[in-house]
Amino acid sequence: MSAQITPPLPIPLLPVPLLSVKDIHKTYGGRIGCTDVSFDLYPGEVMGIVGESGSGKSTLLNCMAGHIPTDSGQVLFDTRDRGLIDTLTMSEPERRMLARTDWAFVHQHARDGLRMSVSAGGNVGERLMAVGARHYGDIRAQAVDWLGRVEIDEDRMDDRPSAFSGGMQQRLQIARNLVTGPRLVFMDEPTGGLDVSVQARLLDLLRGLVREMGLSAIIVTHDLAVVRLLADRLMVMKSGHVVETGLTDQVLDDPQHAYTQLLVSSVLQV
Amino acid sequence: MSDYNFAYLDEQTKRMIRRAILKGIAIPGYQVPFASREMPMPYGWGTGGVQVTAACLTPEDTLKVIDQGADDTTNAVSIRKFFEKTAEIAVTEKTGDATVIQTRHRIPEEPLGEGQILVYQVPIPEPLRFLEPRETETRKMHALEEYGLMHVKLYEDIARHGHIATSYAYPVKVEGRYVMDPSPIPKFDNPKMEMAAIQLFGAGREQRIYAVPPYTKVVSLDFEDHPFDPSKADHPCDLCGAEHTYLDEVIIDDAGGRMFVCSDTDYCAGRQAKGHRGRLSPTEEAAQ
Repeated sequence: MSAQITPPLPIPLLPVPLLSVKDIHKTYGGRIGCTDVSFDLYPGEVMGIVGESGSGKSTLLNCMAGHIPTDSGQVLFDTRDRGLIDTLTMSEPERRMLARTDWAFVHQHARDGLRMSVSAGGNVGERLMAVGARHYGDIRAQAVDWLGRVEIDEDRMDDRPSAFSGGMQQRLQIARNLVTGPRLVFMDEPTGGLDVSVQARLLDLLRGLVREMGLSAIIVTHDLAVVRLLADRLMVMKSGHVVETGLTDQVLDDPQHAYTQLLVSSVLQV
Repeated sequence: MSDYNFAYLDEQTKRMIRRAILKGIAIPGYQVPFASREMPMPYGWGTGGVQVTAACLTPEDTLKVIDQGADDTTNAVSIRKFFEKTAEIAVTEKTGDATVIQTRHRIPEEPLGEGQILVYQVPIPEPLRFLEPRETETRKMHALEEYGLMHVKLYEDIARHGHIATSYAYPVKVEGRYVMDPSPIPKFDNPKMEMAAIQLFGAGREQRIYAVPPYTKVVSLDFEDHPFDPSKADHPCDLCGAEHTYLDEVIIDDAGGRMFVCSDTDYCAGRQAKGHRGRLSPTEEAAQ
């Protein structure tokens, strides 16, 4: 009898996923963009999506970020005030608010993510002003702080991004995105088009920021070295389908699917 | 009898414009699209303002037209003649006597009252245009009240010049909702926009009409630590001695000589008639 009234032992609660993607399906006319994609992303986790060109990884990222409409599926995000909510069906003002507070999107080409006619400081300050900051001194102080964190000198603050090198533009784009303290960052080939030494610095910087801020991130890339360094988990895509998932080291060191094996063996060992 | 329909435009067109005006007044600061007509003048000369004026005029109205505050500049004279010919209405240069005032780039110094309509000529109605070139995007930003970008422009000003250097077409927020371009009036005039008269804005080339109803709250955007400052040249008027009016700077010789005069010619003439004198006023002897 007494055993029956003892309260049950607390079951260790599974943490709530920050982002839960369910059966994303997107076609372009009759062609598959991506299909049957489901996964959970937990707070502080970095997920890599790899695959060749045309495998649907960028389509998937844009679907999740709400940049292009999805044919079916759900993208549930753990919002601060209302818990898990499907971002694909939420109202547009809400989604845009989310996109400039809790989310960030780093484009492959910095020019897509920056305002090229506005100074570096203005670029970083834009998100702050978009959420209501109206004190010039404070905005500027935060911009200085963030430019410092991405290793851009304070005296370059009033220069336009067009006067910056490719690597600096990319770092500026990252600063601009992270200034409002987002919880989830989407990155589309963040190191694409940069030379290797600049890539290495950027990766170092990203790894530091992700660990320090406890960010969750989804990184789309075709560069296996990038995911090896940054990602906790890996998803391999081919022809719009996910062919393999798992821990990064596990997938890269012991690839199971034929395509993953091909991908891993294609990397030139120097 | 004039061969023109009253005020040049046909009745259906005026009706269409009036509908846009009414909608604009119902939603202060919102840019209402309208089917702008070709007018017998080039774009940029006030085609939007002329269409709005034409739609507002009645045979009993008295019209005043100013350009940069002056009644006697080419643009003002031409538009005034245009309506004298096509509408056969009374015209005046006295701000107080006019019922409809079409203006380019100024608000008259004399406070306007109920029963008056101020019509602005607007070159580019979209305040966000220079930062966001996509019309689809700016419309969305207005709809969702996303006006952070407007402050980015002011931020850039301070970063580059140390203060908000925008001195005309200074963005305002109307009735706590829409951000609006007040047309290229000097920012000195911005505080006057909370007035008793109806303010209508017509952009002919861009095909937009917007409005500020009487006694509507109009706030100039700024930063907490860089408040809005309605600045003007730091001089009194050299003809009438006024210290509270917006001044034009006039170069008078090739040795650096210059004078400052009220840009509102009617107001300046009125003060001179009342005996006010400035630094360069003609003396009594010289006048005789």
